[in-house]
Amino acid sequence: MSNGSAALQDIKTLKNVKTLRKDAWWVEPLLTFAVLFSFVVYATFRAFEDNYYYVAPYLSPFYSPCLVDTCAHVSWRIFGKMWLITPAMLILWIPGGFRMTCYYYRKAYYRSWWLSPPACAVRDGHTTYTGETRFPLLIQNIHRYFFYFATVILLFLWWDAFEAIHFPDGYGVGVGTLVLTLNATLLSLYSLSCHSCRHLCGGHLDSFSKNPGQYGVWKTLTKLNERHMLFAWVSLIWVALSDLYVRLLATGMIHDIRIF
Amino acid sequence: MAAQEFVMQVWRGDSSGGAFKEYRIPASEGMVVLDVIHAIQAKHATDLAVRWNCKAGKCGSCSAEINGKPKLMCMTRMNSLDTSQPISVAPMKTFPIIRDLVTDVSFNFEMAKRVPSFKPRPKEADGTYRMQQEDIDRVQEFHKCIECFLCQNVCHVIRDHEENKKHFAGPRLFVRYAALEMHPLDTNDRRELLKERMGLGFCNITKCCTEVCPEHIHITDNAIIPLKERVVDEFYDPIARMIRKITGK
Repeated sequence: MSNGSAALQDIKTLKNVKTLRKDAWWVEPLLTFAVLFSFVVYATFRAFEDNYYYVAPYLSPFYSPCLVDTCAHVSWRIFGKMWLITPAMLILWIPGGFRMTCYYYRKAYYRSWWLSPPACAVRDGHTTYTGETRFPLLIQNIHRYFFYFATVILLFLWWDAFEAIHFPDGYGVGVGTLVLTLNATLLSLYSLSCHSCRHLCGGHLDSFSKNPGQYGVWKTLTKLNERHMLFAWVSLIWVALSDLYVRLLATGMIHDIRIF
Repeated sequence: MAAQEFVMQVWRGDSSGGAFKEYRIPASEGMVVLDVIHAIQAKHATDLAVRWNCKAGKCGSCSAEINGKPKLMCMTRMNSLDTSQPISVAPMKTFPIIRDLVTDVSFNFEMAKRVPSFKPRPKEADGTYRMQQEDIDRVQEFHKCIECFLCQNVCHVIRDHEENKKHFAGPRLFVRYAALEMHPLDTNDRRELLKERMGLGFCNITKCCTEVCPEHIHITDNAIIPLKERVVDEFYDPIARMIRKITGK
């Protein structure tokens, strides 16, 4: 906790002081923890529920692409009937890994979950520290591979958004169509604003003038990258809301509104 | 209503210890924290040690922790603080205290000595170097650094783990490494050094260095993360390595 003015009078050496900050520095990590924890709980519940993830023509993003024969809506038949547990487990490790190794989320969970440090100029919650120099945190260095895999998943989500205009009675647009399209858009913005993407598309160069095409892409991605945190949060919340919308439709708790 | 006087709690002491001492200074419009510290020096404590120079946020001398937040004293206006409460002013925690608000920041200069110097490629046929504005735009952001060392001070890798000072360059030096590594003329490769002996992997991207930078340099996004990605290119990306071998680039 912060030190009030009375506590300051008792300090004889600064080395052992947890923090001299007087503001509510703990609010941000607490909120971050609450939102991330809620998402993890909800996503885990939905992944293992293995039901209510498809209602024509909407497929929940938590189950897309659905790669098993037993899926309510098969995106791509790869695993036949051999896969016995929830098909969500086949794909959720990809967006999960992408977000876990994301440079923004690292800040978020190192601060709020691992307290390393909980806030700036607040003492680290651990007595020793080796950062990302050893296993398992050394794995953070393969973030770009998760980016590659996540891009493939993203293509399926765009396909789902396109499929969401194919109603049983013909073409149309419902609220669900808009929900899934916005979901694919936000996830695309999150992926394109990724630091690894920015590096791979041009950041690795030392001379931009010799590579004008890559320089143009890098400049655009840099503008997106400045809002990476925003896209990270909005896309996270919206993907959960998209799944919730499909679930509510599938359980019959609400009905989709056809716009045209 | 503006405060009639400022109640300041200023750290007084040296490496053996000390205490916060309270001073009351009449409030004047437009004062910054450094003005108040100077007023304390003039009226109450002529032996108060404080390092300062330009009073314009460009020399990087007057770094301190104001209400626990690392800031430049000359750039922190008193009306930006809650003056209904006492304002604490302490020296930077990461560095050894010499006296009062003055710390020994030589760690940073020792680390700077270990940065491999700029090594330009051979000159062109007409005896000159050529580069375009877009080649150096990115690097120029890093040249704004005023070496206030607030980023080094706030970095928990060394702030809370003294033992890491042996093998961690810190954000200010990573900015310098980035400026050299991304320079279009430079030919030195510092990636192995960054990974093995400068502790780039210790940084866990919590961005406090960026938050406290008075020059608003995007230290984490534009310097440290691109350096990490360059280290990944060389040491953690087998596909990229294979492509480089095949293409010879």
